[in-house]
Amino acid sequence: MLLWLALMAVLAFLVVNPMFRLVSASLEEPGSQALTLANYRAAYGSLRHLQALLNSLEVGTGAALLAGALGVPVAWAVSRTDMPAKSFVRLMALGAFIIPPYLGAIGWILLTGPNAGWLNRLWMAASGGEHGIFNIYSMGGLIAVVGFSSFPYVFVFTNSALDLVPSEMEDAANILGAGTLQTAFRVTLPLVLPAILGGLIVCFLEAIALFGAPAMIALPARFHVVATQLWRFFEYPLRVEEAAAYSIPLLLITMFLLWLQRALTRRKGYATVTGRGGERRMIRLGRWRWAALAYALAVGALSVMLPLFVLLQAAFAKAWGRGLSLENLTLGNFRYVLFEQTQAQHAIVHTFVYAGAAAFAAMGLSLGIAYVVSRKLFRWGNALGFLCMAPIVIPGIVLAIGFYAAYAPPPLALYGSATMVILAFTTRFLPIAYASIAAGIGGIGMEIEEAVRILGGGRLTAIRKVLAPLLKKSLAGAWILVFILAVRELSTAIFLVGPDTRVISVMMFDLSEEGNFETLAALGAIMLVVSIAIASLGFRIIGRDFMLRRN
Amino acid sequence: MSKLALRGVSKLFGATVVVDNVELALDEGEFVSLLGPSGCGKTTTLRMIAGFIEPTTGTIEMGGRLLSSSAGSVPPERRQMSMIFQSYAVWPNMTVEENVAFGLRLRQVRDADARRRVREMLEVVHMSHLAQRYPSELSGGQQQRVALARAVVIRPSVLLLDEPLSNLDAGLREEMRGEIRRLHEEFRTTTVYVTHDQAEAMATSDRIAVMSQGRIEQVDDPHTLYTRPRTRFVAGFIGRTNFIEGVCDGADIVFDRFNVPRGALPGGATLAGKVTFSVRPQSMRLLPGGSQRPGPGPLVEVRVAHRTYLGECWDYVVKAVAGSTQLRVTAPPLEVYDVGQALWLELDPTQMAPIV
Repeated sequence: MLLWLALMAVLAFLVVNPMFRLVSASLEEPGSQALTLANYRAAYGSLRHLQALLNSLEVGTGAALLAGALGVPVAWAVSRTDMPAKSFVRLMALGAFIIPPYLGAIGWILLTGPNAGWLNRLWMAASGGEHGIFNIYSMGGLIAVVGFSSFPYVFVFTNSALDLVPSEMEDAANILGAGTLQTAFRVTLPLVLPAILGGLIVCFLEAIALFGAPAMIALPARFHVVATQLWRFFEYPLRVEEAAAYSIPLLLITMFLLWLQRALTRRKGYATVTGRGGERRMIRLGRWRWAALAYALAVGALSVMLPLFVLLQAAFAKAWGRGLSLENLTLGNFRYVLFEQTQAQHAIVHTFVYAGAAAFAAMGLSLGIAYVVSRKLFRWGNALGFLCMAPIVIPGIVLAIGFYAAYAPPPLALYGSATMVILAFTTRFLPIAYASIAAGIGGIGMEIEEAVRILGGGRLTAIRKVLAPLLKKSLAGAWILVFILAVRELSTAIFLVGPDTRVISVMMFDLSEEGNFETLAALGAIMLVVSIAIASLGFRIIGRDFMLRRN
Repeated sequence: MSKLALRGVSKLFGATVVVDNVELALDEGEFVSLLGPSGCGKTTTLRMIAGFIEPTTGTIEMGGRLLSSSAGSVPPERRQMSMIFQSYAVWPNMTVEENVAFGLRLRQVRDADARRRVREMLEVVHMSHLAQRYPSELSGGQQQRVALARAVVIRPSVLLLDEPLSNLDAGLREEMRGEIRRLHEEFRTTTVYVTHDQAEAMATSDRIAVMSQGRIEQVDDPHTLYTRPRTRFVAGFIGRTNFIEGVCDGADIVFDRFNVPRGALPGGATLAGKVTFSVRPQSMRLLPGGSQRPGPGPLVEVRVAHRTYLGECWDYVVKAVAGSTQLRVTAPPLEVYDVGQALWLELDPTQMAPIV
């Protein structure tokens, strides 16, 4: 019972109180405790603020549709056909996961910035024109960048659903006279429609919750989305109450759509998609398989290879605009961020320390709670599990505002402290750790623990000697996932870090405002290298699909 | 004094009575089975003995020490018992040797000692050559042997087995139940064995407690249980049987078309009123029809209604020529009768068991 109370208290601190403070702040008059709707009136009273909300929805819808157009065909080709180089295509999807959207945005700024961007210069050189044809600083540019970077969500959802469709489903259509494409469109894809929709919803939610990419693209283009508008509320004069009120719709939309997504994918497609029904053969595309590969590679180029290439070029360049030449090549940017600039050094250390600490905290907390829930130690154990999963419906920025409202003011006055950042990261990624560990514990039967106890070992012996070793993979997987996500996390961090607790993501954001892309790219490269190293360590010990699994 | 005693043990989950006032006492070194259909409360009873579940009312004692009562209970790890689970629960992260040594290590047995005992134990279960294997590299039967070795090596005060053979195929099951009995002869550990399979229970146990709907119906040694079932449920659950009704009338008990003197029935003197008897198909004989009485026992004139040849025996369903009684009779393979043939059915009063 004491354990239950302790876990409950931790969750109340991490999850319940910030959310409660968010809602209550939105209903309070600044400075006093009086109930009021004035914050909502101020937040939505202006046409500009409403326009930002509409813009967010437009970005979300556009990015989700684009990601669908990119992800679904690739998922079909990988899962159902004899397209070559499948593992490379999968690797690119993973790459798109690892590259955070704001780095993708930087890459595309370098590629399609007006006139100076690589693609624009290429166009001008080819056509002799005065101006480039691409302008990243536009609604279309933002949608494209976000869509490119979120295609893996659709890909993974669709791919894992398609992997369960037995070939007989397609054979049945073929025997009735349907061709390959007709079968795909009339039978195969409709079978996995719920999974596709689920992926689109996740893309949409990612897109409306993003802060970095919109801030880098929408602000120069002189329009706002919800996230950037919230950022405005945090500039002087600080209006936390208005920010809280303004963020509530984002929270409600997320809750509703995630509920919808669960409802859609819980049905696991249709009854046939059970993984039974035996054999799966790959459709032979003949010469068309090269066309399929070309499409998949194009998607990979847009979402990973092109932005990554220009970022790396910038990271190793004296000035990125001077192009690829030997005398433009330098390691100076890396020397600068690693050895010369103390701020950057600190940011790098902070990032890995905070992410590591948050990963341990989320892992430990999840283990305790998943154990209590799965072993039904207490009557109300399930409530703990529910609270653990609750942050999944809270967009990063909204969570940050909740934490700010709850713990920035006295008595705790945690604003700008490392504790605040670590706690917020822990909360933000708790659902991910919990889902992974709870699944692991669920797969371990009770009897295996009871066998320890009847032979004379206590509960702790059972956990230490049997449960923990068996959970090693789940625990390591959870830690790695949280670590990678926390290292790149920007939207929560930007609201909570202080001058002494800056992390890489925030520093890169600041550098992008200064236009210092070379230093930024070097920082980004360091972050990616560490993320990739940790991820491949994950593959080594856990198996290669651990990041691309659904949920 | 009995080794393990359950006194008035009941368990309620919500309003459902899962175990109902169970009384059971085991002597030191005794092997007792809890036998019953699924959902009869036998596993719950076993888990209460183990300490995983607390009884709602009643007490469990071991060697005079109170283990469980509604007020609280000794946790499983302090009961000095061991248990074999349905899933074996062999720890996949440890080798065979480590699995078996686990309980000894917890008891802080000296290293050399522990190693020797593990080696001996593995020898007993014929697993010595696989000591360094991991459980995933073993077959079901081998995992079962590891579980057995692990449970027995600590010389538990009580050994509990929860349907340990239900996940094995038929041939292996027979072999393993022999193994379990052999281990018991060797170590004489007080044992409680839960099963729904009567052959398992008969083959292994000193006594069998038949359970139904949370209650113990009868506790007896296998032979008594089979020949003298006391309740309709026990008679029907252990083997196959016929039920016939008789009425006490003076010195006789009057059945449909035949009488049996009370004296011929074991315990017949105490019967009164209407009585139901369990008559095993093997306890009756079929004799070719004819005018003269071929045997000394009570005879009924019957005709064959159905017959099934099972190889080892004939399974006849016969119908009394007069009256409506229909009985199932087993006959040796060479006693071939046609459907419709008139026969004598001879009963053996000593094998007729009155039931309540």
